Amino acid sequence: MKRKTLLSAVIATAMLAAALPGALPAVAAPDPDNWQKVLEEADGQTVYWNAWGGDARTNRYIAWVAEQMQADFGVEVEHVKLDDTSSAVARVLGEKQAGNDDEGSIDLIWINGENFAAMREQDLLFGPFADALPHFALTDPDNNPEVVTDFTLPTDGYESPWGKAQITFYYDSAQVDAPPQSIDALLAWAKQNPGQFSYPRIPDFTGSTFLKQALIELSDQDAALYQPVEDSDFAEITAPLWAYLDELHPHLWRSGRSFPDSGPNLRTLMSDGELSLAFSFYPTDAAVAVMEYELPPSVRSYVLEDGTLGNVHFVAIPYNSPHKAGAMALANFLLSPEAQAQKQSLDMWGDRSVLAIGQLDDSDQAMFEQGEQHPSALPVDALSNTLAEPHPSWMTALQDTWLERYGVN
Amino acid sequence: MNDAATESLTLEKVCIRLAGQALLQVNTRIAPGEVLTVMGPSGSGKSTLLAFVAGFLDSAFDAQGQVRLGEQNLLALPAEQRGIGLLFQDPLLFPHLSVAGNLRFGLPRHAPDKHRQIAQALEQVGLAGFENRDPATLSGGQQARVALMRLLLSQPRAVLLDEPFSKLDTALRQEMRALVFGQLREAGLPTLLVTHDEADAAAAGGPIIALG
Amino acid sequence: MLRYVPVLMIALLVIPVTAGLGMVLLPAFGYLPVLGGEQLSLAPWQALFSQPGLWRSVAVSFSSGLASTALALLVVVLFLAASQGTLLDRSLRRLVSPLLAIPHAAVAFGFAFLIAPSGLMARLISPWPSGWQSPPDALIVNDPWGLALTFGLVLKEAPFLLLMSLAALPQLQADKRLQLARSLGYAPTIAWLKVILPALYPLIRLPVYAVIAYATSVVDMALILGPRLPSTLSVSILGWFNDPDITRRFMASAAAVLQLGVTLAALISWWLLEQLVRRFSRHWLTNGSRRRGAATLTVAGRGGLALTSLTALAALLGLALFSVAGFWRFPEFLPQSLVLDHWQRSAAMLAAPLVTTGVIALVATGLATLLVVAALENEQRQHLHPRRALWLLYLPLLVPQIAFLFGLVVAAEQIGVRPQLLLVVAGHALFVLPYVYLSLGESYRRLDPRWLQVAQSLGISRNRAFWKVRLPLLLAPLLTAVAVGLAVSIGQYLPTQLLGAGRVTTVTTEAVALASGGNRRLIGVWALVQAGLPLIGFIIALALPRWLGVTQRESNR
Repeated sequence: MKRKTLLSAVIATAMLAAALPGALPAVAAPDPDNWQKVLEEADGQTVYWNAWGGDARTNRYIAWVAEQMQADFGVEVEHVKLDDTSSAVARVLGEKQAGNDDEGSIDLIWINGENFAAMREQDLLFGPFADALPHFALTDPDNNPEVVTDFTLPTDGYESPWGKAQITFYYDSAQVDAPPQSIDALLAWAKQNPGQFSYPRIPDFTGSTFLKQALIELSDQDAALYQPVEDSDFAEITAPLWAYLDELHPHLWRSGRSFPDSGPNLRTLMSDGELSLAFSFYPTDAAVAVMEYELPPSVRSYVLEDGTLGNVHFVAIPYNSPHKAGAMALANFLLSPEAQAQKQSLDMWGDRSVLAIGQLDDSDQAMFEQGEQHPSALPVDALSNTLAEPHPSWMTALQDTWLERYGVN
Repeated sequence: MNDAATESLTLEKVCIRLAGQALLQVNTRIAPGEVLTVMGPSGSGKSTLLAFVAGFLDSAFDAQGQVRLGEQNLLALPAEQRGIGLLFQDPLLFPHLSVAGNLRFGLPRHAPDKHRQIAQALEQVGLAGFENRDPATLSGGQQARVALMRLLLSQPRAVLLDEPFSKLDTALRQEMRALVFGQLREAGLPTLLVTHDEADAAAAGGPIIALG
Repeated sequence: MLRYVPVLMIALLVIPVTAGLGMVLLPAFGYLPVLGGEQLSLAPWQALFSQPGLWRSVAVSFSSGLASTALALLVVVLFLAASQGTLLDRSLRRLVSPLLAIPHAAVAFGFAFLIAPSGLMARLISPWPSGWQSPPDALIVNDPWGLALTFGLVLKEAPFLLLMSLAALPQLQADKRLQLARSLGYAPTIAWLKVILPALYPLIRLPVYAVIAYATSVVDMALILGPRLPSTLSVSILGWFNDPDITRRFMASAAAVLQLGVTLAALISWWLLEQLVRRFSRHWLTNGSRRRGAATLTVAGRGGLALTSLTALAALLGLALFSVAGFWRFPEFLPQSLVLDHWQRSAAMLAAPLVTTGVIALVATGLATLLVVAALENEQRQHLHPRRALWLLYLPLLVPQIAFLFGLVVAAEQIGVRPQLLLVVAGHALFVLPYVYLSLGESYRRLDPRWLQVAQSLGISRNRAFWKVRLPLLLAPLLTAVAVGLAVSIGQYLPTQLLGAGRVTTVTTEAVALASGGNRRLIGVWALVQAGLPLIGFIIALALPRWLGVTQRESNR
């Protein structure tokens, strides 16, 4: 008898739990312009921040942010570690599909480019809110269009800038004397050093970025790249790119019969000695890898002569987030000089700031001063030459064509 | 069926110990066509003796002595090369094979005219035409008879019987005793029977050793 | 109450799977109103079939799934045939159960590092005698035909099939049969193959089918070891479901349905293969051949399993080395320095996921075990033979996860169940339950009914006899089943991630997220933690009955 009661109790509990709906009823979205009200509402909220979790240093920085938010604003920040940002996009979509319009599971999402464009198009984002964040002005948006433009699309306040990335090449100076300084030189270099270079398999983000970099250089920065792809002759503009890749692939790692599956995977191959030239979207990547024993101290970073592709990454709030106030408080804190300086520090993460540092108070500027430059890191002045991201539709079109041409070996 | 064997089975100064304690001691010789009965209560080591002779003795036991078939030292051979047939209290017909399949399993690989041999064997035990039956559809007595013929078809040089009749009912038991001992004697095989049933020993008609 | 348990159990397993499949089938035919798909159409299928390399993906999924299962089964069967209870055989068997506990992803990482051109094996022979100063440019891992994936799968499948076989063997009177066949002159290996295997195979057929279903649709191992141009179907599906271009979901759903078809086709092919083998082995079984090939088979049997186990161990060793490695460059066989940085930095992050992992695994396994025991007890009391319903129990193992989990999330949302811890627990139970049933069922049914008859004749009620007699007698298999359940739960990635909206962080989700960063040292730390957890479960399962047994016997004196 005893067993039966126990069993039925357990089953009843399980069924009750399964039937229990999400949580509390929805609250009206807070008004970003009444900042005091936002902070009051944020106090006590738990913000689920979905951010790629593949990098221990990023995770460590987010953990630091969570501590600050709890102490200063009473906001609990939970880092939801993603292996792929687009899975979060898919989740919001799934929620919308099921009619879950105010109890979404994501409050803040680390995003840019393609994912942002997709979410905007499907009306999956809350906003505009970014312009109302008190710290937003520190980015000097009037003189820094990249903080309000994402892959040529205006952000319209639907996402708030967080950090900056730019393609940075790195090589082992103990093995390579003269690394290639342009996309054309890269081809020649690969012919001389077969199997020593590769790029991540499309549609990987870093791999797609390499395609865009090559296309920009090979097409002499064709203005059409900054308009939707439908408006131009894709085949004609990209012909030089495919000719280039056709020639390059036989000289790549594994003769182009396989590609690394991600940006970080390039670093692993470099670490294993399989590659001697690689690139990353994060300028401090190589220096960090040296500090973590992944790469030899002889590794050096550089950017191509005519510049490399760079962009800003953002945070956005899904339309059905139940904790929008907390999410805005967090987005604002991320823009504070303190948080941006911590982020830029090589000891913490090493991600570049989006603030207009020259316009900050002296005391704030001082926070950004770092000690000695790490020899494997990119010299600070090297990053001035940034090429802008093409319209996001180009990325999709390039990916599709690449897969058609090279997707089956 | 097979030429009458002429070798005898010799157990010379066999002594089996478990954890240092002597379990049993046997010193005997079984002539061709003779049945030696080993009797004793359960736990006396009867089955251990069979396992030793057949080559399945658990490594926990420690055994000394010689076992010879004719002049050949059996202990040096793995179980399958000793030529010793076993009959258990369960007939152990393989359920994945038909009756004929079970018998065929017993026949040597290159035996001539297997089909006829199997038919004859079945006829000998009153099961003519049972070739394609599933063993599971046979009665206990029928299964026991098939098991016996499987044993004989494999042309053993000696036979060990492990309480082979204990699971049969009384009437059947009489009949099977007559059949088994008759067949074994006819084949001239030295046979070692372990049992706790006096009637088995009487029917076997050979010498008796009591254990325990 | 008890008699409703089987129905409840089957409902708990079948409803989520069918609901999930339903919510994938609709978009596969163009119906997904939120994305503007309001009419049924074949457009998703047209889009799918125009994907470059689709048929190659299908072929690799199909062939690696079938080949790995066949290879694993061969290794297991030959080992069992060759095994004669020697010390070597017994230690090999003991080595295998912990291997079962190690999550697939961890094995895959280790294996990849073992066989890569810059991996441990290449380092062992470099620079001498190979002469390699830098790794050779050879496509070994991620080869286009999925050979690395196939072998990686074998490493995990062989232990599973071996344990399932060992669990089924006792009911076959294997020792007696073997003795009999040997007394008829059969060499032990041949005897095993001729008289035990034909009876054993039907008993392990379901586990074999589960392995095929798993291997044809595996995601985590295929991501690490599988081909990339194109990848296996399952990996492509994951990519399409996660594509920023949200309209790809139509095509992804169609692909999920295609995956179901591929798995089904593999199962049918295997079944046909079974019929062929049965037909052609009939003659061999009774041709009287007693010794031919025995020696070769014996060597192959021991060698195969030894190779499998040692490879898996070496893979783990590689991970362990990386978790403490300082700088470590090809062709050095050992790291230049050993450091604890990676463990120290991870330690702070470990605590919370460890607790969550433990809670989920314990609750899901507890729930599953409770249901399974209740169902088995009911079966015993009603003298039932649940043969047909049994197949339904295995539905979650036979339907690829990737084919119904995405749909399940949508279905759950639709009835207002938000992703949360309890949903994750329920999702884990879905996969834990069949495995617990698989491990416990046979021992439960085999327990001699006379034990309970004696107890009841002594005046003890049926319910009391259950607690006082049956459970203590079944303690060892029960604990093993629990350990298997815990291991299954701990290894789950996709259900945890999808049903928990990523908010439920377990050791496994953490490990996979970090894996996307490619830092092998951190992967080593997390994979070892991930592998260590279920190992603890197995050690407890092995040690507890022994310890309890000893104290019981002593108190009886």
